[in-house]
Amino acid sequence: MTEKFEPTIIGFTCNWCSYRAADLAGTARMKYAPNVRLVRLMCSGRLDPTFVLRALSNGADGVMITGCHPGECHYLEQNYKALRRFLLLRRVLKGMGIEPERVKLVWASAAEGARFANETTTFVEEIRNLGPLNWGRFIKQEAEINESLHEEVPA
Amino acid sequence: MSEKKQERVGVYVCHCGSNIAGVVDVFDVASWAEENLKHQGVVIAREYKFMCSSLGQELIEKDIKELGLTRVVVAACSPHLHEKTFRTAAKNAGLNPYLVELASIREQVSWVHTDKAVATKKSKAVVAGAVSRVIENVPLEELKVPINPNTLVVGGGIAGIQAALEIANAGFHVYLVEREPSIGGHMAQFDKTFPTLDCSACILTPRMVEAGTHPNITLMTWSEVVNVSGYVGSFNVTVKKKARFVNEELCTGCGICEEKCPKKVIDEVFEAGLGYRKAVYTPFAQAVPKYPVMDRENCTYFIKGTCKACEKFCPTGAIDFKQEDQLINIEVGNIILATGYDLFDARRVSNYGYGRLPNVFTSLEFERLSNAAGPTNGNIVMRDGKTTPKSVGIIHCVGSRDKNFNNYCSVICCMQGLKFAHLVHERTGATVYNFYIDMRTAYKAYDEFYQRVLEEGTLFVRGKVAEVTNAARNEHERGKLIIQVEDTLAGKQRRIPVDMVILSSGLQPRADSKEVGKLFGISCSTDGWFTEKHPKLDPVATMTEGIYIAGCSQGPKDIPSSVAQGAAASARVLDKILQREVALEPIKASVNQEMCSGCRICNGLCPFNAITFHEDLMVTEINPALCQGCGTCVAACPAGAISGTGFSDQQIMAQIDGLLLRNLEPVGV
Repeated sequence: MTEKFEPTIIGFTCNWCSYRAADLAGTARMKYAPNVRLVRLMCSGRLDPTFVLRALSNGADGVMITGCHPGECHYLEQNYKALRRFLLLRRVLKGMGIEPERVKLVWASAAEGARFANETTTFVEEIRNLGPLNWGRFIKQEAEINESLHEEVPA
Repeated sequence: MSEKKQERVGVYVCHCGSNIAGVVDVFDVASWAEENLKHQGVVIAREYKFMCSSLGQELIEKDIKELGLTRVVVAACSPHLHEKTFRTAAKNAGLNPYLVELASIREQVSWVHTDKAVATKKSKAVVAGAVSRVIENVPLEELKVPINPNTLVVGGGIAGIQAALEIANAGFHVYLVEREPSIGGHMAQFDKTFPTLDCSACILTPRMVEAGTHPNITLMTWSEVVNVSGYVGSFNVTVKKKARFVNEELCTGCGICEEKCPKKVIDEVFEAGLGYRKAVYTPFAQAVPKYPVMDRENCTYFIKGTCKACEKFCPTGAIDFKQEDQLINIEVGNIILATGYDLFDARRVSNYGYGRLPNVFTSLEFERLSNAAGPTNGNIVMRDGKTTPKSVGIIHCVGSRDKNFNNYCSVICCMQGLKFAHLVHERTGATVYNFYIDMRTAYKAYDEFYQRVLEEGTLFVRGKVAEVTNAARNEHERGKLIIQVEDTLAGKQRRIPVDMVILSSGLQPRADSKEVGKLFGISCSTDGWFTEKHPKLDPVATMTEGIYIAGCSQGPKDIPSSVAQGAAASARVLDKILQREVALEPIKASVNQEMCSGCRICNGLCPFNAITFHEDLMVTEINPALCQGCGTCVAACPAGAISGTGFSDQQIMAQIDGLLLRNLEPVGV
């Protein structure tokens, strides 16, 4: 395994702040890690925790949730609800045996393109250090993996 | 899946000149999509130099008609730029505009990544996500809401007055609500305006009178908005009209009550603490409306139960001690917020000694001092009320451009400092020092004014003042205020003794700006200024439809800019009024009442009161006109009974799968 592991990350963005921060990072030609693919939501409050589980079970190695800073929500206070769900979700993930650090919450206002870019790059590094998740493959090919594990373990 | 009708998807990859094509292999992306997303329903994938050009749009329109496309994906720039363009193109070709998705491969790919292979791969994923999502899109219709032609303007400073007059002159009704007893705002307190040195009152009061007498303006002073509900086109606003204890129907504004009132109170608001007013008062001679206000806290009758001098002498019997606060409901279609600013409290910069050293003045105090209608009749004197200063130091950037207080530049302080320098020089002949970090005089005729003040002999010291002190080190400094500063041009420390110091204090958001923002459902920046919809292209609209901002509530600015913003906001409102109805984005949540279990989890989540619970049926309902489309309730419903148009679970799940390339043709392994 000398090849550098390139994680795949799904990012959820709020239409009003972090998606615009991503736009701003683009307009300002800031460079950041290419591993994050974004889904636009109207608000971080729209984030159903099952979206995160779907992403992780379908091949994502990490999920980044972004929203407006506390007190600056376009919908007044829905980012607090995202925060609640995020904290709960991390506990659930831990219970499932998945590193809770694979899910990260980042506040980024529409003016914070640099913050968005930096946080993205940092998160990619964090996930790179955690290594691949392979959760989906595990579910689908449980038997195969078990088999291969047996093979790999030196007698 | 199999019983689902197969959609016919067209994918269009934009080069954006070399903006995208320079980094992303657009030919590869297009051919890959046609090949690998065929089973999803992609029937055509094209690349083109500029999709947003009329030729690019025609390409899509032609394909919709000739190939019978039912869905369109445009891989180009951010949807915030061209979503509308391509939706319109689809509409022109007879396809519902909401069946178009934009895949951002410019802002999110080509502009932020450099490796061509990686960028191309990411573009493919983004396109795959959009294709999967667009299949789940459903046709939507915009909601049309009628517009009430009445407008509410909050704040009667120059920006609010301008906005109100523009709309009223166009023939529509305006409610102008002002918290203080008179309109006029900060501008009414000033003596001269830079750079022309027009008398502030002379140019403002005609506007105030016009606003006060305009048949289309209902003036509500000494009033505050306490509740706002509804949405663009039909807001329901409750205004609290505070008791004046003066009957406006009977009062003629003769001023006898004020004359006879025995109670003198320091005027902290209008005179900035330098002068007195009575317990019943009009804040200044040209106040609009002319009716006085009784200050309940200080009125002898309210404190001791006797006096009533004002009532005795009032020739029309207008004094009414029994008056109570009134709640007035008004209905408006649009709202303009022009709530202004607070002056930075110079006491916070304790090393400048304001509040401790008597001859340190704030900018607002100096405005009153130099105002011919002010407490000293325009005589620039020290705190003792008689001595004319022989030397004056003006300190710029007090509380601004300082990471201990406010990081931003307050815009007006340089010009204000120059104006003060000119006035002091002209009226007292004193030696004037300006202490500045950088001179910022960028606007029409501003720098010329700077040159003029330079030529008048005002001294400029470049450097941030460290301290103002009265601790003299030698005979020369005794009895003076000593300004300790590093002169960064001379490269040395200086101590400059002066008689009087004026602090050019910065502007800051109203102390209650965040609560006001919340009341109207708009957001504030971290500093507390109201956030505009777009910092460059939409500076007077907010993220909330129907609510506009003008003047200093949006950020520090001078009078011309405030007037321009007031006028701009009113133009936006007039545009809305004349359209008679407004189309709302059909991104709304709705409840499938068959599935609703009546758990009420969603009930407490909506800050817009769009969710109501029917006790009799034990189900929840969402009012589409109040729903803003955030989707929080959709995500929360444990029964999955709430769905959100435009951002449905199906769309988002499909997009996630697509982004992870889970939607490719299964190829064996």
